[in-house]
Amino acid sequence: MTDSGALLDVRDLTVEYSRGRGRPPLRAVDGVSFSLTARETLGLVGESGSGKTTIGRAILGLAPVTAGEIRFAGEEITAASRQRRRALSTELQVVFQDPYSSLNPTRTIGQTLSEVMRAHGRPAREDVQERVHAMLEHVGLPSDATDRYPAHFSGGQRQRVAIARALMNQPRLVICDEPTSALDLSVQAQVLNLLRGLQHEFELGYLFISHDLAVVRHLSHRIVVLYRGRIMEHGDAAAVYANPAHPYTVALLDAAPVPDPEIQQQRRGVRVRKAVTGPPVDDANGCSFAPRCPHVIDRCRTSRPALEAMPEGTLVACHRWRELHTNGANSRPPQPLSTTT
Amino acid sequence: MTTAAIVEPLDSGLAPATDRESTRLLRRLLRRPVTVVCMVWLAVVVIVAIVAPILMPHVASQNAGNIFKVLQGPSRQHLLGTDSVGRDVLDRLLVGTRVTMLGVVESVFVTLVIGVPAGLAAGYLGGRTDRAIGWLTDLTLSLPGIALVLVVLSIFPSSMLAGMVTLGVILSPFTTRVVRSATLPIREELYIAAAQVSGLSRFYIITRHVLSRILGVVIVLAAIYAATSLVTQTGLAYLGLIVPLPAPSWGGMVGDGISALTNQPWLIWPPGVAMTLTVVAFGLLGDAVRDVTAERWSGARVQRPGRRRAAPMAGAGPSPVAPAPASDALLCVQNLTVRFPSRGSVRVIDDVSFEIAAGETVGLVGESGCGKTVTAMSLLRLLPGDGEIVAGRITFDGRDLASLPEEQLRRVRGREIGLISQEPMVSLTPAFRVGWQLALSVRVHHGVSRRAAQATAIELLRSVHLPDPGLVARLYPHELSGGMAQRVAIARALAGEPKLLIADEPTTALDVTVQAEILELLRELQRDRGMAILLVTHDWGVVADLCDRAVVMYAGQVVEQAELNPLFRRPLHPYTRALLMSDLHNAPDLDHLPSIPGSVPKPGAWPHGCHFHPRCGYATAACRDQPIPLEHPTAGRDTRCIHADQLSVLR
Repeated sequence: MTDSGALLDVRDLTVEYSRGRGRPPLRAVDGVSFSLTARETLGLVGESGSGKTTIGRAILGLAPVTAGEIRFAGEEITAASRQRRRALSTELQVVFQDPYSSLNPTRTIGQTLSEVMRAHGRPAREDVQERVHAMLEHVGLPSDATDRYPAHFSGGQRQRVAIARALMNQPRLVICDEPTSALDLSVQAQVLNLLRGLQHEFELGYLFISHDLAVVRHLSHRIVVLYRGRIMEHGDAAAVYANPAHPYTVALLDAAPVPDPEIQQQRRGVRVRKAVTGPPVDDANGCSFAPRCPHVIDRCRTSRPALEAMPEGTLVACHRWRELHTNGANSRPPQPLSTTT
Repeated sequence: MTTAAIVEPLDSGLAPATDRESTRLLRRLLRRPVTVVCMVWLAVVVIVAIVAPILMPHVASQNAGNIFKVLQGPSRQHLLGTDSVGRDVLDRLLVGTRVTMLGVVESVFVTLVIGVPAGLAAGYLGGRTDRAIGWLTDLTLSLPGIALVLVVLSIFPSSMLAGMVTLGVILSPFTTRVVRSATLPIREELYIAAAQVSGLSRFYIITRHVLSRILGVVIVLAAIYAATSLVTQTGLAYLGLIVPLPAPSWGGMVGDGISALTNQPWLIWPPGVAMTLTVVAFGLLGDAVRDVTAERWSGARVQRPGRRRAAPMAGAGPSPVAPAPASDALLCVQNLTVRFPSRGSVRVIDDVSFEIAAGETVGLVGESGCGKTVTAMSLLRLLPGDGEIVAGRITFDGRDLASLPEEQLRRVRGREIGLISQEPMVSLTPAFRVGWQLALSVRVHHGVSRRAAQATAIELLRSVHLPDPGLVARLYPHELSGGMAQRVAIARALAGEPKLLIADEPTTALDVTVQAEILELLRELQRDRGMAILLVTHDWGVVADLCDRAVVMYAGQVVEQAELNPLFRRPLHPYTRALLMSDLHNAPDLDHLPSIPGSVPKPGAWPHGCHFHPRCGYATAACRDQPIPLEHPTAGRDTRCIHADQLSVLR
């Protein structure tokens, strides 16, 4: 998958944080590789501590890369200089999770949007104003929003502003770090619709980071499932969601309650039978999911499974994927109607 | 896809546009009478400082006045009396203003010019810069301040400029430290990361994004330094060190007054009062400017902490609305209405009624801003701020909690009604071990011995399935993971063996696999203990997993309540229906997800008639005309919609 056409290419990315003297560093991301083409959405899914946010920050230059390589449009940007980063910012943008802290409360919406353009050259005042108004219209906000402060807007409206800011310089890749998890249900749907529409219109690539598989599934073409900094499963979104190969992906899908009392009751039964906890495993020489895996065998605790390709093309890091796949041990509990069709 | 298709109908709830920036700031300052007085006083001082020495050029060099009229009190000729050599006190006071004020400006300017950039650089850049600046501030702090000023003044005798610049330098490390510590948390804000990703330069980010946030701190510091400078000047002038005699200064005049204190006590008053008023004016104006600049962007008037009103409802409950309930429910809420006087007395909860039977789990569902949490908290009268129950009855086990005296209510809280919140960590005190805190709860509720309480605490930890409860009891809260902390919080809520557990979004902050475990635990505890649960949540999946019945709230009202299956199958309120449909699990595999246009209106901005009608596809004129009552179309179902019969089966 090292084709030169990739917009973003991440190779063996490892990020470690120092935990102070005398303690080994915390490995937040451990040898993660994936690539993303133009106009594609790649979903990164995982729970807290999976390293999904750190991967996004490393690509943006906000987290230190310990090892590995990040290429953007063919150019190596792993250790790009501050100057290079500033130039890159026109092509590589971000929408953060929390719309409350991602906008400076002391700056008006107009200032927040226009400064992004002024960071690169000295555009004419009228051009900036025109672009700000056009962008506000694109994200569904009135043009008189420019004179207001973030405090006057609801969470969903602020997230629209954050999206407008990311798109001001017409980037090619936007990293969406849990952009809807702080929003209410109905507003989440509004923002997801907006993101999808803007992707078509501006031909954007998205790296969509979320803990919610249903959200990721809705927007992504491909999904990468992460657990404790490692890729567990990586494949086509529909395939991963409907026929998960890795026991962790199965656990994630089973744990999410579905909004149907009867189906949820049946799922609950299945879930309880599967729940286990075992002794912790040495991460370096074993599968990090082994302690929680219902299919664990001795080998899982002594040797780290490599990512292997399944016949359908999905990559999975599990010693037992062949047997689990053929004997249907990963068969899913009942799903709501709409997602099984 | 065209733009028009992407853009959803706009969220409502924008505040009406107000006038522009610059005028707004001044207008807000002028709205406060105290601020106006301060501004007038300081304006007079500045004008006098400029004008007086020009109008009375002779005063500065006057060595003696009328030697036959020394040390006189106020008279018609000398409004403020005369000093020990017969000079007019008023003249000297006015002329001395300039040199005094110049000194203040010099020292404040110097300390800010050194301290603010240094603090910003140290806080924002961190690392080596921070260490270097920290080292320099430590060095400056270790110098003996007064001695330094005296040394400088011995080199530059009677120089106000030299003295005040030195003072400014001595004060600058304090500025640096305060500014640095104000900058540190701002550096971690996401908008700083966003600005970096936008390609903005570091200088731009520091000046526009960081400085604008710490401006309040700088303003308050400047006001404090102005006062400090004035007081320091007095001391130095009293020693005759900073103003060449016979030129007058306020400090020098205080010195004169002190030397003549036994002969003429009046002399110390004019300069003393002038200084005191100026110091007070600096302080008050500094605070006011800080508040007003924050008001500008925070969108709310800064509330000055006022006197807290006495418990608004205790005993004298104005709840004639509802007769005592006929049902035998464990909890019966009738016509509950809550408002916040500080927010313009708008109602936040309006006429809410629902019941919970013993051992039942009821979901309180709705989006943020619908009043779910306020409803839950009002059951224990634990409303935030000055929220008060203005009407309604909360019957729990035969007592009305809305009017129960505080003392008796305290025995209900924790013992009969337990509470767990979204942030379990917040409810645990970080300084004490988990076991100790649990044991304390047990002792408070049951009055048992220390040892028995400890044993019960371990038992409680075991009952929430924490592995190795003895070990967990010895941990501090920060050593727990999110899921463990929520289990501990549940254990503590169980300490009083409550009949009702209020769980406010208990799993929202948790990972989905941990959420499943906590839901399982709650189900088991309820089954074993027969405890009723009021589950506040916005997640339909959680409702479907745990609840028997659900109460749906929208904009402060109950809009629907029903048993779970009929509610999910055929909601009888358009809001419930739309909210269910915007759940991704229910969403068809389409490009465009169903969503509700607009957003929940804020309290005070509720529309007339049905609160949901502006966002509702079924709305007619009748929905706008008058409030919609809660109807009971079939047994066990309530809906606040007149078009309920038009809603089709959802699945």
